[in-house]
Amino acid sequence: MGTGAMASAIVIEGLNHHFGRGAVRRQVLFDVALEVAAGEIVLLTGPSGSGKTTLLTLIGGLRAAQGGRLRVLGRELVGATALQLTLARREHGYIFQAHNLHRSLTAAQNVRMALEMRGTLSDAEMDRRARRILESVGLGDHLDVKPDQLSGGQKQRVAVARALVGEPPLLLADEPTAALDSHSGREVVLLMQRLAREQGCTILLVTHDSRILDIADRTLSLEDGRLC
Amino acid sequence: MRTPLGWLQLRHDRGRFLVAIAGIAFADLLMFMQLGFQAALYDSNTRLDRAFRGDVVLISPKALNLQNLSTFPRRRLLQALDVPGVVDAQGLYIRTVNWRNPQTLRSATVQVLGFDPDADVLRLPEVQAQADRLKLPDTVLFDRGARGRYGEVIARLDRGEPVTSEIERRTIAVGGLFRLGASFGADATLMASDQTFLRMFPRAKAGSISIGLLTLAPGEPVAPVVRALRRHLPDDVQVLSHADYVQFEENYWRVASPVGFIFGLGTAMAFVVGVVIVYQVLSTDVNAHLQEYATFKAMGFRQRWLLLVVVEQALILAALGFIPGVLMPVWLYAVAAKATSLPIAMTLGRATTVFVLTLVMCLASGAIATRRLQAADPAELF
Repeated sequence: MGTGAMASAIVIEGLNHHFGRGAVRRQVLFDVALEVAAGEIVLLTGPSGSGKTTLLTLIGGLRAAQGGRLRVLGRELVGATALQLTLARREHGYIFQAHNLHRSLTAAQNVRMALEMRGTLSDAEMDRRARRILESVGLGDHLDVKPDQLSGGQKQRVAVARALVGEPPLLLADEPTAALDSHSGREVVLLMQRLAREQGCTILLVTHDSRILDIADRTLSLEDGRLC
Repeated sequence: MRTPLGWLQLRHDRGRFLVAIAGIAFADLLMFMQLGFQAALYDSNTRLDRAFRGDVVLISPKALNLQNLSTFPRRRLLQALDVPGVVDAQGLYIRTVNWRNPQTLRSATVQVLGFDPDADVLRLPEVQAQADRLKLPDTVLFDRGARGRYGEVIARLDRGEPVTSEIERRTIAVGGLFRLGASFGADATLMASDQTFLRMFPRAKAGSISIGLLTLAPGEPVAPVVRALRRHLPDDVQVLSHADYVQFEENYWRVASPVGFIFGLGTAMAFVVGVVIVYQVLSTDVNAHLQEYATFKAMGFRQRWLLLVVVEQALILAALGFIPGVLMPVWLYAVAAKATSLPIAMTLGRATTVFVLTLVMCLASGAIATRRLQAADPAELF
């Protein structure tokens, strides 16, 4: 891998994607080319059905890429095995439209799971990091509270903490503000921006929300599976 | 330490958790009752056999079990004494007969044993101590552990009052009590002298006995003598060591009678009920957490890690369900023992068996439930 590839967090060339087989086979991405530099914050907008979520899941290694070139953090994901995709996913932080926190776990335990997966830190260190990041998202006094007892904004902030606690080089987010009111939505995005800046993390964020466009270094628009 | 996700997940939904534990406890209870009755069956049906005093037992080749022993010539006992190492030979008469229950005055089935009162053929101290009473004509000893309505009879005998009954239109005096206990084959047992026995059953021949008990010289090894006896005696008699004879009786109930099969089937059904209950609980749990599992997959957890969560849950359920599952039968065994006069009690061996079955049950259910984990697709989360 060359130094040019490292400077770019994401390099996409000629990426096509189809859903279905045979007669119902339908193309959703057409010859997408995209390059995102490390540390850049990129927003991806577009009407629903434009293929932006598909693009995000391909970059995130949640879906197997079918053809073209898709290089994320120096790993080629086209033709990757299921295990390679799983390993690639460990490098990313995710923030979903719904918070997707585990109901049986407290806020601190939910955040800790992201560290447990790596299995490299001591118990005390994992607890300390989980606590510290929850404090930095303003939930220092909600460590042992389960998601059911948190507000929507608080839950999404726990999700942000979970995505960033492992200090991933890449953060992927799909409409993270969709379930929130404008005030807490903006708060969550600013939090993401601040923490990502501190960690030098690249952010790719899919959104409809025009109120948060100003946080981006660059805004891309996808329409009918084509970047424009 | 990893976060005990399986445990936290189970504990989160307390209602479902309690239902699961109750279900497993119930399956365990069913298995314990089936296995308990099965063991009681074998135990109670060999209790009298085990009480026989003798190193070698002679029976007819046509014998099926204690209630169907058939007979063989008494002469074989004398012939057995010719074999070196055999120092004593005693014959027993056994019959199953209807007598009149002295309390209800209704007909009831009893097993009558006839033997020489001086010969000390039974390892039952109460019978030995009352051997003199058996020498009185038409006098028998009655089993205190008999099944049926005998409470008043026993109370009267304990007070020393005379009790009489009727067998084959002959008046019989009950001279005393001993404790043996009922079996599946006989509700009650009467001990009689050989003389009384032969008077009770005029058609029984004194020369035809049901069981021969041979005593060997102290320290004499049993197996060579058994082989010598088999060579020496004609084939109208079967020679067994005492242990083999008890095994012979148990085998009848285990294999030839439908009873062993029925309890085995009952245990298998209880096991299946347990699998269904645990599977239901675990698969509902997996379904309820499908989105959360998909999130874990998206974060980079591997399928294997998720399988371990389900296995952890299965093991927790097995262990927690077993606790009430083993305590309830202890109490129910006591109730059943009282109601049936059968020897039913919890044993360490059976508890271990059922615990292993519970683990297998939960792991099997868990294994089936984990197939649903495949459905947790992280691509569906966005």
